[in-house]
Amino acid sequence: MAGIAVSATINGDSVEYLCQPDETLLDVLRDRLGLTGAKEGCGTGDCGACSVILDNRLVCSCLVLGAEAEGRRVETVEGMAHGDKLHPLQQKFLEHAALQCGICTPGFLIAAKDLLAKNPDPTEEEIRFGLAGNLCRCTGYDKIVRAVQDAATVMKGA
Amino acid sequence: MRYIRPLSIEDAVGQLAGSAGTAAILAGGSDLLVRMKGGFVEPDLIVDIKSIAGLSEIRETAEGFSIGAAVPCAVLGESAALKKAWPGVVEAAKLIGSKQVQGRCTITGNLCNASPAADSVPALVAAGARASIVGPGGRRTIAVASVPTGPGKTSLAKGEIIEAILLDKRAPRSGDAYLRFIPRTEMDIAVVSAGVNLTLDEHGVIKAARVALGAAAPTVLLVEEAAEALIGRKLDEAALERLAKVCFGACRPIDDKRGTIEFRRKVAGVLARRAATSAYARAGGK
Repeated sequence: MAGIAVSATINGDSVEYLCQPDETLLDVLRDRLGLTGAKEGCGTGDCGACSVILDNRLVCSCLVLGAEAEGRRVETVEGMAHGDKLHPLQQKFLEHAALQCGICTPGFLIAAKDLLAKNPDPTEEEIRFGLAGNLCRCTGYDKIVRAVQDAATVMKGA
Repeated sequence: MRYIRPLSIEDAVGQLAGSAGTAAILAGGSDLLVRMKGGFVEPDLIVDIKSIAGLSEIRETAEGFSIGAAVPCAVLGESAALKKAWPGVVEAAKLIGSKQVQGRCTITGNLCNASPAADSVPALVAAGARASIVGPGGRRTIAVASVPTGPGKTSLAKGEIIEAILLDKRAPRSGDAYLRFIPRTEMDIAVVSAGVNLTLDEHGVIKAARVALGAAAPTVLLVEEAAEALIGRKLDEAALERLAKVCFGACRPIDDKRGTIEFRRKVAGVLARRAATSAYARAGGK
């Protein structure tokens, strides 16, 4: 089967790919484009490990068809660092040890990036509420919340 | 399986009506893709309606609001005018799923998924919302309450698409509210829920009321007797008590792991009371 031809912009680059009609954007990213940052946790939109930003909206890429990305902008965790320079959120996740097994981390980073883009100075409650669509079974969330708070401070000063 | 992205509603209707096998409409996909993944549905045709002109817009008209079928719930929360006129509808829509799901899910999809526990539906029914439907026979408008006919079932015929949900322009001194009970703090399915919509006269006396209960029967319940308990009175303790009692009696819920029949009936009354109190305050009642 030839599949559907799709042109999209992924992390600022024009990308073309072929996909099947029932293939999710997550499968396209991981299996066709080699962008394995987004993870499949549940595959049903509950865990947020596959979070990406689609035209400025945070979405679960497991709940988007690959074909739907035609003409749209996709941001994944691979687009966060600039060369060797980590994004402040990535840096603060490391400093605060806001991860253990790491499966949820790309989703948290992207969700936190979207949160801070829309609300640069969130309260702790707003952070917890804004990241409620991302599940972490290791950290107990406190370290993640503190890393996001710290990153927000750094980014405001930048 | 075929995936198509028609540019006009007429084309979408034609493709759906002419399809031989199972066809599915795709807007946000937060129900459809989960059902596909679980193997519960394998459509032969997926009709993505997001490229159809106008379907991704909220329009404010002389009659009120028209919320396009492809408008994600996150956008409802960003519309100041809609939030001001119909805060209960917006708060119900905002309760669906996580931030990630909010960026995709739609109230039309919530309605057509026909879950008895759908959050936006009791609020829409309380609001007296209508669904504008396009089908092979042309356009028709029906009450939102007439769309779901049972769990997972709707009254839509083959080839029909809901293009928009219509909300009336607000009368002065009106307010609505929606509340649900879940055992967690967020991101859960309603165990039972209540939507209340009130309009008051100059003296704070309720002159119009609609009360709808969710997850209390196979489809959303519009409780006429609950409205009667409120109309012609201020929202005093006696009115609230009668409202709760009527809602308790009107429920026909199921018994399951998330709540017993007795619990759901009791909580339906409590939520109706609280939603009425909130709607009354929003309408300017004291």
